[in-house]
Amino acid sequence: MVYFLIFISAIFVNNIVLSQFLGICPFLGVSKKIDTAMGMSAAVIFVLTLATVVTYLLQMLLVAWGLEFLQTILFILIIAALVQMIEIMLKKVSPALYQALGVFLPLITTNCCILGVAILVANGTEKLPMGAEHGMLTGTLFAFATALGFGLALILFAGIREQLALAKVPKAMQGTPIALLTAGLLAMAFMGFSGVV
Amino acid sequence: MNNALKTFTNGLLKENPTFVLVLGMCPTLATTTSAINGMAMGLATLFVLVCSNIVISLLKNLIPDKVRIPAFIVVIATFVTLVQLLMQAYLPAIYDVLGLFIPLIVVNCIVLGRAEAFAAKNSVGLSALDGLGMGLGFTLALTILGAVRELLGTGAVFGFHLYSDYYGALVFVLAPGAFIALAYLMAIINKLQKK
Repeated sequence: MVYFLIFISAIFVNNIVLSQFLGICPFLGVSKKIDTAMGMSAAVIFVLTLATVVTYLLQMLLVAWGLEFLQTILFILIIAALVQMIEIMLKKVSPALYQALGVFLPLITTNCCILGVAILVANGTEKLPMGAEHGMLTGTLFAFATALGFGLALILFAGIREQLALAKVPKAMQGTPIALLTAGLLAMAFMGFSGVV
Repeated sequence: MNNALKTFTNGLLKENPTFVLVLGMCPTLATTTSAINGMAMGLATLFVLVCSNIVISLLKNLIPDKVRIPAFIVVIATFVTLVQLLMQAYLPAIYDVLGLFIPLIVVNCIVLGRAEAFAAKNSVGLSALDGLGMGLGFTLALTILGAVRELLGTGAVFGFHLYSDYYGALVFVLAPGAFIALAYLMAIINKLQKK
């Protein structure tokens, strides 16, 4: 039950984009078409889960050696290396998947939701529902659920923007302002979930 | 001299990182719940921008072209860690509020963007000025957004009450208000620039 609540909490109640403000850049950047939004979401789900597991293990080493102050530097390097490795491996193992995710992988290194979630989980400060304990398993589930939440928000937003492209928008609001306004309304809708978990 | 002035004001107005380039949206939206928080975040980013621009422009001839991005990131991450530790020691209250977004300056596109686009090609002095201009532009934008959200949400600016917070629209302090306030600020600036 607790594991189920982690999913509800991370996808809906504390949605990473719409209530925690992480990963706004790809949220605004690659949300013009549903296809690209789906590719980006899949890549984020893949990388975020993997990166969180790896950085969690790394954090244990850092704590054991008393090197916690190196966290930021090491995590970003590990994530960058990991993304590069995934790219190379995908190219060899599954060209079809590489075709679908390839373009998005390099962009992911500077997606702040990856580093953000990795730091949250490694420090044991992620928002978990009552009764859940911080640890490797809950951390990984949290990362996976968070990435699903990112995907949900991104695909919903892309769907709205595809329709929005046909609408008549005042000149000053065109482009980023109207996209932000739409995101604001979406965030308001997600606020309705607060208190569920 | 003219060139230096141009570099400096470029980031402030013409290429304001928030309103014009739309970079670094995560801290912009997340930390501007009040004017003072927005300003603190802006100043932390300003420090990292200036320092990393200076160091990168000093090292630009030593760093091989192929590994320049990882090298830049290490330089930036070093200064971010510095800011993080200094804030933790001397400004614990603000550090607690900004929390996660301090280490996340590393992945702020403005910092890496300026390193790549400006510091890697220009002299130390100009790079420092560019960092200062961009950082001040960012700080200015965050402070304005923070002030607007604080005023609409709680009726205060920098903690000084202009009207009772009973009439404040709390939504502006919460997540949706961040998006909406920034959307309208950008629209206003678009309108002003057209004239």
